Amino acid sequence: MSFFMENILTIVCFFPLLGVALIVVWPKGKEHDQSIKWIANLVALIGFFISLPLITEFNNVQYIDSETGMRFVFKADWIPTIGAQYSFGIDGISMLLILLTTLMGFIAILSSWTAVTERVREYYCYFLLLQVGMLGVFMALDFFLFYVFWEVMLVPMYFIIGVWGGPRRLYAAIKFFLYTLAGSVLLLLGILALYFYQHSVTGVWSFDVLAMQQLNIPMGLQTWIFLAMFFGFAIKVPMFPFHTWLPDAHVEAPTAGSVILAAILLKMGTYGFVRFSLPILPEATMFFLYPLLVLSVIGIIYGALVAMMQKDMKKLVAYSSVSHLGFCMLGVFVATPVALEGGILQMINHGVSTGALFLIVGIIYERRHTRMIADFGGLSLIMPVYATVFLIMTLSSIGMPTLNGFIGEFMVLQGVFADPTYRLWAVWGAVGIVLGAAYMLWLYQRVMFGKLEHEENRNLPDLNWREMATFVPLIILAFWIGLYPKTFLDYLHEPVNQIVERVRPNEFSPLPAQAFLRE
Amino acid sequence: MLEYLWLIPVLPLLGFAVNGLVGLWKVSRTGKPQSKPFVYSVACGSVFLAFSLAVGCFWSLIQLDPHDRIIEQDLFTWITGGAVRTMSGDLANLHINWGMQLDPLSAVMILVVTGVGFLIHVYAIGYMADDEEGFYRFFSYMNLFMFMMLTLVLSNNFLVMFVGWEGVGLSSYLLIGYYIHKKSAGDAAKKAFVVNRIGDFGFIIAIMMIFSYFGTVDFTEVFEGVEAIFPTPELMWGPLSWIALLLFVGAMGKSAQIPLYVWLPDAMEGPTPVSALIHAATMVTAGVYMVARSSAIYSRAPDVLLIVAGIGIFTALVAATIAMFQQDIKKVLAYSTVSQLGYMFAALGVGAVAAGVFHLMTHAFFKALLFLGSGSVIVALHHEQDMRKMGGLKKYLPTTWWTMGIATLAIAGVPGLSGFFSKDEILWRSFSNPQGHILIWIVGVLVAGMTAFYMMRMMFLTFHGEERLLPKVAHHVQESPLVMTVPLMILAVGSAIVGFLGLPAWLGPNIFEHFLEPAFATHYQATEEVHHYAHSTEILLTVFSVTLAAMGIYIAYYFFIRHKEKSTWWVEKFRGVHQLVYNKYYVDETYDLLFVNRAKDTGRFLSAFDSNVVDGFVNGSATITRISAWISGQADIHIVDRIVNLIAEIFEYSSSLLRKVQTGLVQRYALFFVIGIILVISLYLYLGV
Repeated sequence: MSFFMENILTIVCFFPLLGVALIVVWPKGKEHDQSIKWIANLVALIGFFISLPLITEFNNVQYIDSETGMRFVFKADWIPTIGAQYSFGIDGISMLLILLTTLMGFIAILSSWTAVTERVREYYCYFLLLQVGMLGVFMALDFFLFYVFWEVMLVPMYFIIGVWGGPRRLYAAIKFFLYTLAGSVLLLLGILALYFYQHSVTGVWSFDVLAMQQLNIPMGLQTWIFLAMFFGFAIKVPMFPFHTWLPDAHVEAPTAGSVILAAILLKMGTYGFVRFSLPILPEATMFFLYPLLVLSVIGIIYGALVAMMQKDMKKLVAYSSVSHLGFCMLGVFVATPVALEGGILQMINHGVSTGALFLIVGIIYERRHTRMIADFGGLSLIMPVYATVFLIMTLSSIGMPTLNGFIGEFMVLQGVFADPTYRLWAVWGAVGIVLGAAYMLWLYQRVMFGKLEHEENRNLPDLNWREMATFVPLIILAFWIGLYPKTFLDYLHEPVNQIVERVRPNEFSPLPAQAFLRE
Repeated sequence: MLEYLWLIPVLPLLGFAVNGLVGLWKVSRTGKPQSKPFVYSVACGSVFLAFSLAVGCFWSLIQLDPHDRIIEQDLFTWITGGAVRTMSGDLANLHINWGMQLDPLSAVMILVVTGVGFLIHVYAIGYMADDEEGFYRFFSYMNLFMFMMLTLVLSNNFLVMFVGWEGVGLSSYLLIGYYIHKKSAGDAAKKAFVVNRIGDFGFIIAIMMIFSYFGTVDFTEVFEGVEAIFPTPELMWGPLSWIALLLFVGAMGKSAQIPLYVWLPDAMEGPTPVSALIHAATMVTAGVYMVARSSAIYSRAPDVLLIVAGIGIFTALVAATIAMFQQDIKKVLAYSTVSQLGYMFAALGVGAVAAGVFHLMTHAFFKALLFLGSGSVIVALHHEQDMRKMGGLKKYLPTTWWTMGIATLAIAGVPGLSGFFSKDEILWRSFSNPQGHILIWIVGVLVAGMTAFYMMRMMFLTFHGEERLLPKVAHHVQESPLVMTVPLMILAVGSAIVGFLGLPAWLGPNIFEHFLEPAFATHYQATEEVHHYAHSTEILLTVFSVTLAAMGIYIAYYFFIRHKEKSTWWVEKFRGVHQLVYNKYYVDETYDLLFVNRAKDTGRFLSAFDSNVVDGFVNGSATITRISAWISGQADIHIVDRIVNLIAEIFEYSSSLLRKVQTGLVQRYALFFVIGIILVISLYLYLGV
């Protein structure tokens, strides 16, 4: 037990490799596809379960690093010549994202059961590898290690889109790969600049993120590093105007690929801003705050308006992602405690509801092999359970109170609004909520309501047990976050206050610490 | 009893969960819908229990001393966010509890909601009897609505109120779109939701402002803060006025006031019990309730009060004119509802909060009754709603006739019936209150006359005169079953007598106003001096408005019973005006032209912009990279390689060695590719951002 707990991050991160190994050595041939599916699903499910102690033991003093407040820290030398370390550790922000990853990873794999019939072995291998990359990104406390995971993640996703995707899959995959790679190169430049600056100040060669967060970098250098890292992260988020790879990637990717792409991969960018840009480069963040808010708000409204006129359901949901991530970024950049907590919560929310929406689209795509809105209509009487799930997730996406989206959006807007300087941006953001209702409900109406105009839709089967199983956890999460967000927010106060203290020193201190004491 | 307060909303929620889940499970497992007795027992039972509890809580409340009649209960901690610096410079945590509050105002509301709601639930058993597929869906949505509405009126802070506020919008959406196969129903549902969202945009910003100023959204604390920070009314436009105005924007959406009223007439696509419950008696009055609840804020924002009164009375007038010319029986009632809601806002705007809430209550009775009665007619005629195809129904539908008749007389303001007392109170207050204005009174009286006219017109066209029924329905028109008519009768009794709770000053004590007093009367009395008029003035004004109502009734009688040809003559004579009003002043068309289509155009344009310009840059940079890679490739082959070949001709042996080096071409291609992208993107960003 103690060995497990002491190495829990490493185990959680690399556990999917066990599945890869098993699948690789498993006998070849079509007849073994079934067992490969079982292996992948079980490994993903166990992967989720072994990540649960991260919550239950989160506040166990034994695993808290007294100096930094990080949990489950593990450090070892990796490439001593350049000072790169194998260094893992998490705080509340990364813990929530890791759990989202293990959960969504399992759901995505489960949703592929009948959707993927070709090259099954490779497909599941790539998915499990992807899982390793994503988990590593959220755990790494060494910038070099982070960068390795960041890049590793690209490869399996590239293949998932490029091999199991739709008709234009090659275009989409290459676009995805090169676009993100272009950003990554700049990100690497930023990392190296930080690396050399850190050496010039401390005389130590190190990629230690937490040490970098203590640096006070001169303003000129901060702006340059910020810009370099901005492109890396903004392309990944994606923020307007770097978002055009996203609709293509989503449309062409297989369902499970879209789910993971929306739910987790996009969070890499937002997470990058929260973990690196804000605390390491606080002055630069505030310096660029105005253009950043403009881009975020443009993203919210632009994404919503473009989504409204899409004819392809997947593209519509993809543009709605641009809009929702605008909310995340609005909250993150303005960096008041409430807004930042809201922004981070909105990251989780987007993972839950947009992930579910991609599953929803995938389900009728698998049955009808079309995603065009015009090919549907009147489905709600034929697939009542599906209609209910779709409705819940639509409502979650448009921020209906009692569901998750509302809490995130409200906190972001309230947090922005409370700062008189940026008050107006909250009002603009709120416009996005109105538009959100318009395009999502219009989509729902055109697909689910109305007369059944296409005879081939008459006998569409409703959700089966496996499909239902992919939705149940997401529905529970949506209501849970909507009705009792305290469970999740409690993990955010501490890291968020640290970041806010860096970005807006003394504005929100003395920290009202008593209020955050846990029962 | 009061410790079970939380059960009042939770009971319908359970009904919703049971009916929804069991119904869904049954239909997906067996393909057959859940049995009807099960569904309606659960649905009506849960609402009846909630009603009984509401009566119990009401009873416990009035046992208390008037000053202690405010019970707050926090159920659980809802949102716990970080710190916010309020405008006063203090730090406040975004800490919001899911709490409930019972005071005279919410007590009245829960009684109306559960009481009228229960009757409508019972009525719906009969009305929906033919609907096999959707029976469970209908009743589970209705219970969801009850839960959300009760959450709305029982909340003790603005954010939980917003939950109910959006929630009733959702159930309204589901119920308007209930007839799934009808496109018009789906359109109307979406329209209702989106228009309401525009109002909610104002509401949520108001909430954010309230929190930013007071560091809390709790009613009691906010209103205390208002009194502390703004002891006197804001004479200049200031933050409090903004909060009041934005809250009112929310109210405009939910309570269908100009310019956001357009969704309500369309909402009649829903089944008639829905129109009665949601779009007449309860949900649409949420805005009135919210403004009444926020009296502490409004009483200190005189400019906004003026806006509220102005928009209210203007809406009352415009909707009344439209109602006079509608042919669809439900549309008449819908515009009538808009008009009456306008009255309520006029009352709120002149500071007569109790009068506004009183009208809300009487209106809930007679308007629910009118809708249910029209539903009874519609069912009898096999879903015919056009009054041109009715007439002479009195002898077939006697119960429907006399119950609707009472409601019509009540809304027309015939003395002794409920509508008379509440409407007269509003008119009197708009005349006598310091915030009132003679203009509001004049328009109000005019609207009273118009109301009497269009309501009697509806009665005459439906129940009197010659039969204009379609042949296929004419021979089996029959009165609705008891399950539908008994709620009608109960509501008729209510419509007749509830007015006596709020007698005018010259007749007796106004029990209703006295009961509500602790909730808000103090705000207005503390801030304004009250004029005093003699009883005779009040009586005189009453006589005047009653006369106008009588005239309205007579004109309707004249045109629709006595000289029917005259009405067509007038219509012909003023064809243009009639067309304009009949087509509702083309407001929907104008909105489509100005906003809806423009938003779609913008979306279409941005969509093209996105794939051509924004993505064009990306693809363009890829193309440029590719071309430059091709050029360098060609240069490699034709120049570099040529030289190499030239040398090779001289030094044959070395040239063959060099050729092997050329296999690195692919890497170089990729390198240029990446560098090109980076260059072009950075150039674009540098120039474009």
